[in-house]
Amino acid sequence: MRLRHSTRVALPLLLVALLAVAAGCGRDSSSSSSSGAAATGSNLSGTIQADGSSTVGPMTTYAAEQFQAANPNVNVTVGISGTGGGFERFCNGETDLSDASRPIKTDPADKEATVCKSKGIDYTEFLVANDGISLVVNKENDWAKCLTVDQLAKIWGPDSKISNWNQVDPSFPDEPLKLFGPGTDSGTFDFFTGVINGEEGASRSDYTASEDDNTTVAGVEGEKGGLGYFGYSYYEENKDKMNIVQVDSGSGCVTPSVQTVQDGTYTPLSRPLFIYVKNTSFKRPEVEAFMKYIIDNEEKVTGSTGLISLTAEQEAKAKQELTDAVTAAGG
Amino acid sequence: MTVGELSPGARAHTRLGARRRRVGEDLVKVILGAAAFISVLTTVGIVVALLFPALEFFGEVSPMTFFSGTDWAPLFEPARFGVLPLLAGTLVVTAVATVVCVPFGLGAAIYLSEYARPRVRAVVKPLLEVLVGIPTVVFGYFALTFVTPLLKDLGFQVEVFNALSAGLVMGVMLIPIVASLSEDAMTAVPNDLRAGGYAVGANRFQVATRIVVPGAVSGIVASFVLAISRGIGETMIVLIAGGTQPNWTFDPRVSIETMTAFVGATANGDVPTGSIEYKTIFAVGLTLFVMTFVLNMVAIRMVRKYREVYE
Repeated sequence: MRLRHSTRVALPLLLVALLAVAAGCGRDSSSSSSSGAAATGSNLSGTIQADGSSTVGPMTTYAAEQFQAANPNVNVTVGISGTGGGFERFCNGETDLSDASRPIKTDPADKEATVCKSKGIDYTEFLVANDGISLVVNKENDWAKCLTVDQLAKIWGPDSKISNWNQVDPSFPDEPLKLFGPGTDSGTFDFFTGVINGEEGASRSDYTASEDDNTTVAGVEGEKGGLGYFGYSYYEENKDKMNIVQVDSGSGCVTPSVQTVQDGTYTPLSRPLFIYVKNTSFKRPEVEAFMKYIIDNEEKVTGSTGLISLTAEQEAKAKQELTDAVTAAGG
Repeated sequence: MTVGELSPGARAHTRLGARRRRVGEDLVKVILGAAAFISVLTTVGIVVALLFPALEFFGEVSPMTFFSGTDWAPLFEPARFGVLPLLAGTLVVTAVATVVCVPFGLGAAIYLSEYARPRVRAVVKPLLEVLVGIPTVVFGYFALTFVTPLLKDLGFQVEVFNALSAGLVMGVMLIPIVASLSEDAMTAVPNDLRAGGYAVGANRFQVATRIVVPGAVSGIVASFVLAISRGIGETMIVLIAGGTQPNWTFDPRVSIETMTAFVGATANGDVPTGSIEYKTIFAVGLTLFVMTFVLNMVAIRMVRKYREVYE
């Protein structure tokens, strides 16, 4: 009785285990054939510490998940303390990688690069992605083709009371203005408020704020007077549902596109994103393999998290810098 | 007590009040008792878990500011902590839902209990109760992608996210709660009373409205309150269809944010543990808990006051 009972339980369990193993093998073999990092990485082990920008964080996390699937003995931890918080830990020697949505500040007053120097932390800066914010309006909106940075600041400023398009520009029609945008946790929110309103987090609060960009899509799609903003690549996915707005920062209207974001002409709503790596960490093969994974797969990694990939030129430069840094570290 | 008092097949050692305690019986008692206590302990746990972070919150933000402020932007710079817009959003959505679920729920209950033939009832009641099984996220998208465009087509000047659409759909969701519980209460009214009504010449509608409904009023009121509490606590529909824009208004056509939607949306993001933004979630949660608790207390008192006891 007891024996029969246990076999009854054990048999399906065994089957499940076999299936799991089979599925695991299948995944391993497919990923190792598709990416170079996995083929060399099966014997890597160790822990990689990353922290920093909440915009680069999701991309690093995505890369870490993919990388760890191929290298189960490597543990990558990704924090999101913000670019400044990330540099603080990085220059204190606590992390190997620092995600940054701006270059490290070299002014001694800012206590970033100088702190690194005083602690003896040498680092290499890698350009890993491009980031752009697109402003979108309803399909029926035929007036807001181009907005100036001043108009955007007037609309989105912390004390803004603008509630109609004709308050933005007298030539615009009498149409109630409905605003949609990301929530305060989003890196896009910090970026937008920083460059448009002059201070990260400074924004009017009476708009529909959501961490889910689909809410902004639904709002702008359904509201004739709607105006929203989110990462550029999200617009690419929803092109047919809304119109994009050109931005004029003083030298004419620029249409956001992959190209204008990559070359930085779409100002001020485009920016490069970086990962800083401690040079001594390159002595560890797992750090080298992880950075190699990110750069080799950067199109997939950036695309999966709403960022814009590097140009061929930028990618070649990153690869060269990685090789140089590894050679310099003697790894 | 002797063996003779039990059924002939019973053996001596199973007689009631046996000297030897029966282990199985004790075990069952413990298990059943634990089942009852788990829900009580959970409630206590929830209150404690809510209370401490909420108290810390009120150490930093005065309750006066919290309960009288009309500007809610705890995650923005500068942070503002007036909960009234969230309260207004919650009340508007719940009011719309109540306007839908009370008449329709009660109507359905009267129909099922007084008018429907047993065979019709056997089909309609389970069908109505199927509504309870629909996930609220489905109701939410139904409101956003079907009801809101419909309202626009009908000429209502509603925004994409609005309290009206969320409230209407929530009301539909609550109909079965009112209908099912009210119908149970009405069915429990003794048939003698109905017969008495017909005997003095009342028609079916008069019997239903003047005898059965007043007779079952405590159960009916309980069903209303349960539905309203459920509505106040509902999160998914209002989060999807009602919006996330705190608005100090009682206009159901515009975008609002309810207390539950705030908690849902904020807990979904990554506010740092221990920060004032984090404690805000608990302060709002506690307010919500107190509201539904008071409502339930009122309901219990009303039910006791109006209860008609038969036999």
